[in-house]
Amino acid sequence: MQHISVTVDGMEYNAEVEPRTLLVHWLRNGIGKVGTVVGCDTSNCGACTVLLDGRSVKSCSVLAVQANGSEVTTIQGLADGNEWHPVQTAFKECHGLQCGYCTPGMVLAAVDLLGENPNPSEAEIREGLEGNLCRCTGYHNIVKSVAYAAELMGGGSK
Amino acid sequence: MTEVLDTANAIGRPIKRKEDARLLHGQTNWTDNIQLPGTVHMAILRSPVAHANITKLDISGALKRPNVVAAFGAEELGDLNGSVPCVWPVTDDIVMPDFPALAKGKVHHMGDCVAVVLATDATSAVDALEAIDVEYDVLPAVIDMEKAIAPGSTIVHEDKGTNTCYVYNLGGGYDEVAAKADVIVKRRFINQRLIPAFMEPRSVVAAPMGMSDEITVWSSTQIPHILRVLLALVTGVPENNLRIIAPDVGGGFGGKLQIYREEILVTQLARKLGKPVKWTETRSEDMVASHHGRDQIQDIELAATKDGKMLGLKVTLLADMGAYLQIITPGTPLLGMFMYPGIYKMDAYDFTCTGVFTNKTPTDAYRGAGRPEATYAIERIVDELANELGMEPMELRRKNWITHEEFPYTTVAGLTYDTGNYEAATAKALEMFDYDGLRAEQKQRRESGDPVQLGIGISTFTEMCGLAPSRTLGALKYVAGGWEHCTVRLLPTGKVEVITGTSPHGQGHETAWSQIASSILGVPVEDIEVIHGDTGRAPYGMDTYGSRSLAVGGQAIKAASERLVDKARVIAAHQLECSPSDLEFVEGVFSVKGDAEKSQPLGAVAFEAFTAHNLPDGVEPTLSAEATIDPQDFSYPHGTHLAAMEVDTETGKVTLRKYVCVDDIGIQVNPMIVEGQVHGGLAQGIAQAMYEGASYDEDGLLQTASLADYLIPSSMDLPSFITGSTVTPSTTHPLGTKGVGEAGAIASTPAIINGIVDALRPLGVNEMAMPASPMTVWKTIQAAKGGAA
Amino acid sequence: MIPVAFDYTQPSTVDEALASLAAGGEDAKIMGGGQSLMPVLRLRMAAPSVVVDCSRIDEMIGICEDDTHVIIGAATTHHAVMNDPLVKKYVPLLAEVTSTVADPAIRHRGTLGGALAHADPAGDQPSAAQALNAQFLIAGPSGRRTVDAKDFFVDYFTTAVGPDEILVSVAFPKQSDGWGYHYEKFSRTAQAWAMVGVAAAVRMEGGKIAEARVALTNMAPTSVRATSTEAALVGASTMADIAAASVNAADGTSPTSDIHADAEYRAHLAQVLTKRAVGKAAALS
Repeated sequence: MQHISVTVDGMEYNAEVEPRTLLVHWLRNGIGKVGTVVGCDTSNCGACTVLLDGRSVKSCSVLAVQANGSEVTTIQGLADGNEWHPVQTAFKECHGLQCGYCTPGMVLAAVDLLGENPNPSEAEIREGLEGNLCRCTGYHNIVKSVAYAAELMGGGSK
Repeated sequence: MTEVLDTANAIGRPIKRKEDARLLHGQTNWTDNIQLPGTVHMAILRSPVAHANITKLDISGALKRPNVVAAFGAEELGDLNGSVPCVWPVTDDIVMPDFPALAKGKVHHMGDCVAVVLATDATSAVDALEAIDVEYDVLPAVIDMEKAIAPGSTIVHEDKGTNTCYVYNLGGGYDEVAAKADVIVKRRFINQRLIPAFMEPRSVVAAPMGMSDEITVWSSTQIPHILRVLLALVTGVPENNLRIIAPDVGGGFGGKLQIYREEILVTQLARKLGKPVKWTETRSEDMVASHHGRDQIQDIELAATKDGKMLGLKVTLLADMGAYLQIITPGTPLLGMFMYPGIYKMDAYDFTCTGVFTNKTPTDAYRGAGRPEATYAIERIVDELANELGMEPMELRRKNWITHEEFPYTTVAGLTYDTGNYEAATAKALEMFDYDGLRAEQKQRRESGDPVQLGIGISTFTEMCGLAPSRTLGALKYVAGGWEHCTVRLLPTGKVEVITGTSPHGQGHETAWSQIASSILGVPVEDIEVIHGDTGRAPYGMDTYGSRSLAVGGQAIKAASERLVDKARVIAAHQLECSPSDLEFVEGVFSVKGDAEKSQPLGAVAFEAFTAHNLPDGVEPTLSAEATIDPQDFSYPHGTHLAAMEVDTETGKVTLRKYVCVDDIGIQVNPMIVEGQVHGGLAQGIAQAMYEGASYDEDGLLQTASLADYLIPSSMDLPSFITGSTVTPSTTHPLGTKGVGEAGAIASTPAIINGIVDALRPLGVNEMAMPASPMTVWKTIQAAKGGAA
Repeated sequence: MIPVAFDYTQPSTVDEALASLAAGGEDAKIMGGGQSLMPVLRLRMAAPSVVVDCSRIDEMIGICEDDTHVIIGAATTHHAVMNDPLVKKYVPLLAEVTSTVADPAIRHRGTLGGALAHADPAGDQPSAAQALNAQFLIAGPSGRRTVDAKDFFVDYFTTAVGPDEILVSVAFPKQSDGWGYHYEKFSRTAQAWAMVGVAAAVRMEGGKIAEARVALTNMAPTSVRATSTEAALVGASTMADIAAASVNAADGTSPTSDIHADAEYRAHLAQVLTKRAVGKAAALS
């Protein structure tokens, strides 16, 4: 077991974990952050995407011990109190989700994308979300959602 | 975020979804989120081979591993090893092999369950699997359907003596019309095996309740109600003691229209151990253990006159059942049986389907279930007939389709289509597509010898959905009905509960059902709570599949809401001292006709019904109403889909440049949700044409057993879609709705392949296997050139 | 989905990492960003005794230059590599190739050194290293040594890095004037590995190709150079010349067959993609 100290959604957690524990499993089973979900075992689906020190990562592909000393933002920590993050607002407005299982990862991938490129074209949005699979929407409304989020955040889509 | 609504017009509005707030904040209740105190976790040892006798199975090693509570093979499980049921024995002489939850001495497909370990944590359970001692005597695998039914084949289930599950025939008279035909086009289409690959892996938790016999099962399922009946029958748990909850469910597409062996195992082991038991599949397990879809060899003949009048259709299918029959495995191809003639008029139709056992994962419903296969066959062969006759493919369709004046129309397959307007949908689609402009570009590219050729793919489809009139299902030997139930409760404070038997997994029922109730009750959408997916709270239902929930369940909501208004009217009349017939009900308020001052809102009536201080004689307190509706008929959405395909003839790479569809699904309750359903269906249908295919090697090992190998399209592999609609209300469904869940998946596959073939016609290409991978396309081009590769 | 149990160390220097590696014995496994290793662990296709996490060794992180080379720490992430001003200016082919690797989230964790040392035949960066004649700095118990790209890639998932060694950094020669670059990657879906990829670097003189380097992804157990095509390209000045030279692109390769592409098709793709990659590198297409 190894000791880790990780700040998740603004709260610091101290825990003893086995080195083999995946970050996503620690989030879900260790500290009850079940908003982050697992969809595959080959890093393809991106459902487990979180922000690690501000950048999107697939939390199934990071060991919990590797997050020691880091800050993690999950879908549960994105809103500011009752104030939705613009990406969350945009996904609702543009019907960017159906079953919602890919949504936590998709939203955080979009947050990361817009952080790097506040003014993405449709092609850039599609490229930025390439690591997140959705089986419900055909991506059409997800792409629209991200473009709309860019507008809400003051960037706007090319 | 509150929507201010004119409730009378709640139907037809693109209201933002109620579901989204929780889904967008991670406040969801997926089955795998459930962490009950004292839970024991189950892990499954699965067969790594397709067909083998288990010559040794010793679980004792696992029992010695840390934190292990129990382990079972079939022998240890004994009578608790229930068998997976099939509820659709399509013929009297169908062959139905036993499908035990844990394999009994023999495995029949890669992924078959061999043993289970239960431990106090999931990691220990998985670790202990490695301590199970198992040996297999591997047998030849039955993979190819034609070889499977040929003499001398290895038999999947030796006790049955055959790999033929059933032979089903319908229709007749084809040979007579074919004898008079000028042209007969024959094609063999392979409708390849697909994997539903819903994003949320399956998960089951079963918890015995206290010391009673009651047990609650949470499952990521589309069918909590059907599951309750079947689990009760399989496990012997009295149905009244069994509660099934489908919490938030992350997609299904037919893949969760099932009673799975793991649901049986978890339930039985929770009873045996007296503890909550939980199992969540990995994606690798899902790919081999959740049922697959499609997988048919389709031999199709279309007979016509030389001027393009279709005379008759002959369909001969081999349908791969896989290793076992699951809930509706044998019936799935037959759901397409009535749809092969599509939208066309003809004189004769012969249909034969042979179900075949192989050593593969069982097949069952996947988005469209039988109808995509039928639509693919008819829309592909119509293009081939057009080519044979030198006719423009849309012209040939026009010449043969049912015109809008001819509805209701009884097809050669025996269905009566109530309404439709193929001309209108097609005209709109052609305009949106710039059909003429693209044909001009195609001509130019052909003339200039452009290495990137352009093709236009057409699919003018219809489908049958709104499953289903119970008598029809009975005639087809399906053992359940097709009705749907709704209870509407008006609470004392004027809020409303709509309790539905449908069980959504992404469709947005909470929003759309609120809209239907709102439009009748005059209660704002946000004051309506939709309760579903829990047999404890919503006891009656037939669940969600086959584009049925709105078409059938919507009728029940309408009927129950109207009955509630009828009862409220009696109470209101009593309060207002008038006759019920003197009242009008507008926007949630009863008022006396001609005296608007005398009025009472529905909420006030609700409070009167609650206090019961002043109810008319004979009227019971509380205000609720229910309805169980058996649909009058199927519904028949239709549409015209057009795809512009670019084919790089140097590499074989295909690009979907533009996709236009105009769907007629009748009245739309929430056009935003409708559009989303179309998009998602398109993605899956396009994926069948271009990307996906479950592939087995000759030993029966699934080669596409992860999302790294089974290629679900990402955002970069699909374009934005151009969607439109026409509205021809259903006349057999009181809301005028038809259903939309499967339309996109049914229509799009042939549009894509027709487009690719159209691009390559000048090179002599007249067929294209699916998925149209670059290698497949390139090799098809080379073969057409005469093997010049 | 749950890996087997293993020990874990996170050394802060290369020497500490080497010591951990030695202590862990033959089943010790180096982890860079872990983006190739983690799926393998999760599927229980590997059972390391110890995972030596090299992602926080300062010496192995970051990008610098000397007069002739851009030097990239092995634990530098793909995201850092593709966005780095020095890389974009002096080694644009590497930036381009890296931007095609996996997806943004994986590029945030995955490392250049990890990808190169993993040496997946379908990996993209080995072809950039081959085409650019990169040099690999390897540290071991007996000191440090430098290996050229042509000697670095040995076989499937096998490089010159020994079991007791660590790849510390990779030096890419700075692009000089007259060179053009392109990477042509061909895959079935955006997420899929390259069926075939072609990295081309050409030096133009007077409108003609004076020197060409063409490296092929997934055409052999390792990324390989298409040497006969390289020779034939010298003097080419039109797309027709390039197409003629590209006919030999698959010479000497040994592509595999799988469900997505068989050897015959891969060989064909190598020709077409070589033509396209060289054409774009030479700005002739």
